[in-house]
Amino acid sequence: MGMPPARVNFLLFLSEISMAAAMPAPSQSRLLLSGNEAVARAVWEAGCKVAAAYPGTPSTEMLEVISTYPDIYAEWSVNEKVSLEVAIGAAFAGSRAFCAMKHVGMNVASDALMTLTLTGVAGGLVIAIADDVGLSSSQNEQDSRFWGRFAHLPVFEPADSQEAYEMTRAAFELSEKHQVPVILRMTTRINHVKGLVTVGARSMPADGSFHKDPSRWVMTPAAAGKRIPLMFERDKTLRAAAETSPLNFVETGTDTRVGFVASGPAWMHVRESFPHAPALKLGLSCPVPVEKIRAFAATVEKLVIVEEVEPLVEMELKAAGIECLGKDILPRQGELSPNVLKPAIARLLGEPVPEQVATPAPVFPRPPTMCVACPHLGVYYTLAQIKNLTISGDIGCYTLGAGHPWNALDTTISMGASMGIALGLDKGRAAADQDKRILAVIGDSTFLHMGMQGLLDIVYNGGNVTVLLLDNRAVGMTGGQGNPGSGKGIHGDARPRVDFARLVESLGVKRERIHVVDPYQLPVLFKTIREEIKIPEVSVIITDQPCVLIDDYKKQQPYEVIADKCTGCGNCVDVGCPAIHVTRREKVVKPSGKEVELQFVRIETSACTGCSLCVQPCAPDAIVPALPTQPMRLVKH
Amino acid sequence: MAENNVTNILVVGIGGQGVMTATEILAEAAIALGHDVKKTEVAGMAQRGGVVSSHLRFGPKVLSPQIMPGTADLLVAFEAAEGMRWCHYLKPGGLVLMNTARLVPPVVDLGLYDYPADPLAAIRERGFRVQAFDAMAIALELGDMRLGNTVMLGAMADHLPFPAAVLLDAILKRFRARKPQMVEINQKAFEAGRAADKATQHEEVTA
Repeated sequence: MGMPPARVNFLLFLSEISMAAAMPAPSQSRLLLSGNEAVARAVWEAGCKVAAAYPGTPSTEMLEVISTYPDIYAEWSVNEKVSLEVAIGAAFAGSRAFCAMKHVGMNVASDALMTLTLTGVAGGLVIAIADDVGLSSSQNEQDSRFWGRFAHLPVFEPADSQEAYEMTRAAFELSEKHQVPVILRMTTRINHVKGLVTVGARSMPADGSFHKDPSRWVMTPAAAGKRIPLMFERDKTLRAAAETSPLNFVETGTDTRVGFVASGPAWMHVRESFPHAPALKLGLSCPVPVEKIRAFAATVEKLVIVEEVEPLVEMELKAAGIECLGKDILPRQGELSPNVLKPAIARLLGEPVPEQVATPAPVFPRPPTMCVACPHLGVYYTLAQIKNLTISGDIGCYTLGAGHPWNALDTTISMGASMGIALGLDKGRAAADQDKRILAVIGDSTFLHMGMQGLLDIVYNGGNVTVLLLDNRAVGMTGGQGNPGSGKGIHGDARPRVDFARLVESLGVKRERIHVVDPYQLPVLFKTIREEIKIPEVSVIITDQPCVLIDDYKKQQPYEVIADKCTGCGNCVDVGCPAIHVTRREKVVKPSGKEVELQFVRIETSACTGCSLCVQPCAPDAIVPALPTQPMRLVKH
Repeated sequence: MAENNVTNILVVGIGGQGVMTATEILAEAAIALGHDVKKTEVAGMAQRGGVVSSHLRFGPKVLSPQIMPGTADLLVAFEAAEGMRWCHYLKPGGLVLMNTARLVPPVVDLGLYDYPADPLAAIRERGFRVQAFDAMAIALELGDMRLGNTVMLGAMADHLPFPAAVLLDAILKRFRARKPQMVEINQKAFEAGRAADKATQHEEVTA
């Protein structure tokens, strides 16, 4: 592995993902990597042939980084179920395969998973599931370790980037040895934390091939029935493997009043908080090495199980007759950080609980906002003007439409759910809601992920729903990844682009009920929505402007406010663009006797990209193109 | 420095200000000196104008990646109200290096919340030291707002348990590799930040 000396700078290159593609860092390099980057490196080193995923925080970077490595097929799949199926196919074909998803992705993919456990695999298959412990950007906090129990699969739980790297390599080995898919359970505090990782060399597994064997790969009831006992046998083998695995180990300690069993990031928090306590680390945490823990329990006065989120290990130990504490003294939600652990253990030991001296200062919240000039701003500004709507929403940037100033989104559950829920709101409406119009809002990528079937159901069952399909040609929330709606592949290469109007027409929406509208043209958008909600059948309104964060978006000349002309009506503030700032408020009494608050504004011209959404509702024409301030703007050939 | 010889530096601001890049450069400097390093962000939906807090811990061996409230050696705030929001992470009497720039979020423009009248005073009231300067103005004076995070790095340089030259080297290495034409101006921005820190150190003593 001869490397030119210039590569001593590789650390600096790593934060630029695109640089990794040219030349992966040599073996034995010590790199500052996030958990996601560490897994990607290990997947490449393991000679994995196929890697697939649908983007989802905090898992997204795994596939993004894998796609920069040479000699590995990587894809953005349309949803997690398809990504798992692609990986399964590759593993059936005898090759190593990898699939990554956020925790809720496995809910979608689990149909395949629950039978995959019966067939097993030929080539190694590793499934990384990223749990969002602490809810940094998810709709729930479910614990993916359950899948290990439900589907009888081994689960690895890394505690930092180095372990994420090592366990990914170990997971491929275990997968092939026992012909079983392996789950790598990560959490946000692993995926997105950077630490030093010593990487290794790439080593290719022996080439496999697909072996025709219907009793193995065709899960008819008869075939599946024969595989179930084999799965139970495998459970026993894996349990024995967990009992002796070096990934499950004890660190002795002098203070034996409390011994800890911990996994994942909680392990580091335990070591940080109680450096003198004995502790048992679970790296291969499912099946639980019960006997190893029983022996450890005998060496300590009290045993505390520290696991994020659910008490899975704890329940299994209690069922095995091992006395222990866990969720009775620790929270069942959020991260188990030192500031959670220390007081809980102090209380347990009857010691004085450290006083919480550090309390936060009261400061306004800073919730995520839509971007300056986001095409969704026009949509929500319009929806906020229309009364008597119930708006079924979905997962994406446009979920923010539920917030201020629009308050124009009423439900969000799961990917694609806006469709079925809208139909249910229509069919299940009470007498009091007979006049309500039902509208569904869904993004292009979410529609292709899980929304299409829901729309088909609305059409098939005669629902009265107006669907707003916000086509911004990107998976916006996770950073603008390609999808079949963007016409771009994982490497930015051209792919067939879905024609949404023709697609929804094929699903049965009448041609005259399909409209493609520019969301920056507020009067047209308003008129189209107003007309369609009145028609008692399914309509689809497609908005067709790109996400402002992708290359397709072209900036326009920015605007500014002529202060003397601003009447303080606040119409532009209702657009919700973060480039508009209120400079002054003034309470006035109108001739009608009604008191109103005027809001005088300015536009942050350096942030404005000239979308004109604020210009359109400005009655006094106080918003005008800003004078060019940068020399480059003057040059216009 | 903490009793276990781990240094805790918390860098906070708003998505897009370069908080995470600044912390990454600090991490690289610490690695160059042979430290173990962990860096973690709570950046949820930072790309959407949210709060970014970047935790950097370095020393002989780092376990938990998170800095706990009351334990940070240094707080670097890229925005005034964010300095106030996170100051309780500092050790008693700890130091905040603060950019005085105020970035007002839509919830304040909509009249739902007030921007704190005097974040600097509020932090001092809690017994913390503050050195505040307008890093954005310094960056603009040098000709590019994006130099703001190099200015902030320069301001940190004399508060770290290693020589300023190591940090400067980490910054310049990055630019040499990617944008050699930006090396000189970043060096200037670094020195300007350092000078702003020195000037406000004086203020802090006489305040």
